[in-house]
Amino acid sequence: MEQLNDVAQSGFIAQLGQMINDVLSQNYIFTATTLWHYWDGLVTTVQLVFLSLIIGLILAVPLAILRGSRRRWIKMPVYLYTYVFRGTPLLIQLYLIYYGVVFFDGFDVSYGLGSVHIPSIQQTWLWDYFRDPFVPAMLAFVLNTAAYTTEIFHGAIQSTPKGEMEAARAYGMSRGKMMRRIIMPSAFRRALPAYGNEVIFMLHASAICSVVTLLDLTGAARDIYARFYAPFEAFLFVAAIYLCLTFTIIAIFRQLEKRLLAHLRPLS
Amino acid sequence: MKKYVTRSLMGITLGLSTLAMTATSVQAADVPDPLRLGIDMPYAPFGYKLPSGELTGFEIELGNALCKQLATHCQWVEQDFDGIVPGLLARKYDVIMSALTINPERERQVLFSAPYFTPPSGWFVKADSPLAKVTGALDSEALKGKVIGVQRGNLQDHYVTDLYGQVAEVRRYTKLDDLVLDMDSGRVDAAFLDQPVGQDTLVNANDGNFVNTGTAISEPKKYFGDGFGIAMKQRDRALKKSIDSALEQLKADGTLKRLSAKYFAAEKTTTTSQ
Repeated sequence: MEQLNDVAQSGFIAQLGQMINDVLSQNYIFTATTLWHYWDGLVTTVQLVFLSLIIGLILAVPLAILRGSRRRWIKMPVYLYTYVFRGTPLLIQLYLIYYGVVFFDGFDVSYGLGSVHIPSIQQTWLWDYFRDPFVPAMLAFVLNTAAYTTEIFHGAIQSTPKGEMEAARAYGMSRGKMMRRIIMPSAFRRALPAYGNEVIFMLHASAICSVVTLLDLTGAARDIYARFYAPFEAFLFVAAIYLCLTFTIIAIFRQLEKRLLAHLRPLS
Repeated sequence: MKKYVTRSLMGITLGLSTLAMTATSVQAADVPDPLRLGIDMPYAPFGYKLPSGELTGFEIELGNALCKQLATHCQWVEQDFDGIVPGLLARKYDVIMSALTINPERERQVLFSAPYFTPPSGWFVKADSPLAKVTGALDSEALKGKVIGVQRGNLQDHYVTDLYGQVAEVRRYTKLDDLVLDMDSGRVDAAFLDQPVGQDTLVNANDGNFVNTGTAISEPKKYFGDGFGIAMKQRDRALKKSIDSALEQLKADGTLKRLSAKYFAAEKTTTTSQ
């Protein structure tokens, strides 16, 4: 009986080996050229996501503080911004920025005695940046991720334990010093898991940038799909790359959480 | 218990025999009714929509005439060009009639009818572009550092990617409209398109804004193939026979000639009848 099992198993392994061998011997898709194409896509995706996240993070910190202000005229504009950018699809934002900036022709505005010329974007220095799809795509991503990150940080700041703030006040700290030394460090720590999710969402959302001709990972997969008529191979391969990137991000955040949230772990 | 088994067996047998019957009745006709044709639109003058929503264009009219000849009904199915061959293989439609050039790479996947149209490919640029003054072929010297726009997955894409991919930036568009928008805003320096399409969509539609430049290209055959053909699945040999003879008849009775005259300026394009 056992022997029979062994035979069946080795037969299965041999079959599997045969199958893998068949797939590889028929492979005319994954050549040096297409792998290079995927590599270009990977570089673009990582650049785009990384830069967007860094800039978005830098913008989100002051915005989150303003968002928590007691003055209406300070907090309302920030709230409006996060409301709009969280309430509309990223794809629409991308289209609006990419095609929207070229929508206006130059025109003249007349007032009283003279007139002032409003140039179209092609006539200004901005066109050097907006001509290529990278900057418009990055701008859309930055504005989107900054809106979400602002809300994440705002929530974390709001949920700072009262006792910590009372203790800070008892030490005679000013509001600024309290923010810098007590509230922000503890809020950032608590925001870390939610922010990790935002980073992963951003990576996955970046797949849409190929609609404005940016050659990212998904764009590379579409090219290869169109060239070899092989949707399964082209997209499965790119899904595997996204999976690796996601696992890397998860691992990094897990390490960070382990170190930074050590004080919140129960003593076991 | 036994009764149930018998009944369900009877049910299965009955079901199978009906299935077999329907299968044979389709096979006997060998041209499905309706005949589903996959097409990428807009691709003027080959296939586009009138403001009323009605489909028109060279291929639409030719396809409809073809269906009449085959005594069936046309059902047009829209599909982006970069997925048009996989769409056929996934049976979303029975044939492709969408400016699909017959070339060896595609013949590995699909079966082609005889060609019904053979256009060259041409370069299109803004009228005030320095490239507009080029006479003769646009070479890598002229295209160095330029942004070239093509539609993803068509032969023009393969051609510029292989020849100019190193010296110029190739931008690939899923839809022709988006390429036209980016040509208009100046994001793309030159578009490489089927000559009649560029003529219609860029030059004629934007009074004097765009021009055709350089010489038209239809060699080497490795890229530019043997003209547009109707594509179907490899095993549809009987369907190919029917379509080929119908195309032959449309050639003989002058329908093809009349449609070419209607949609293409005679001096700009070459219609072939071989």
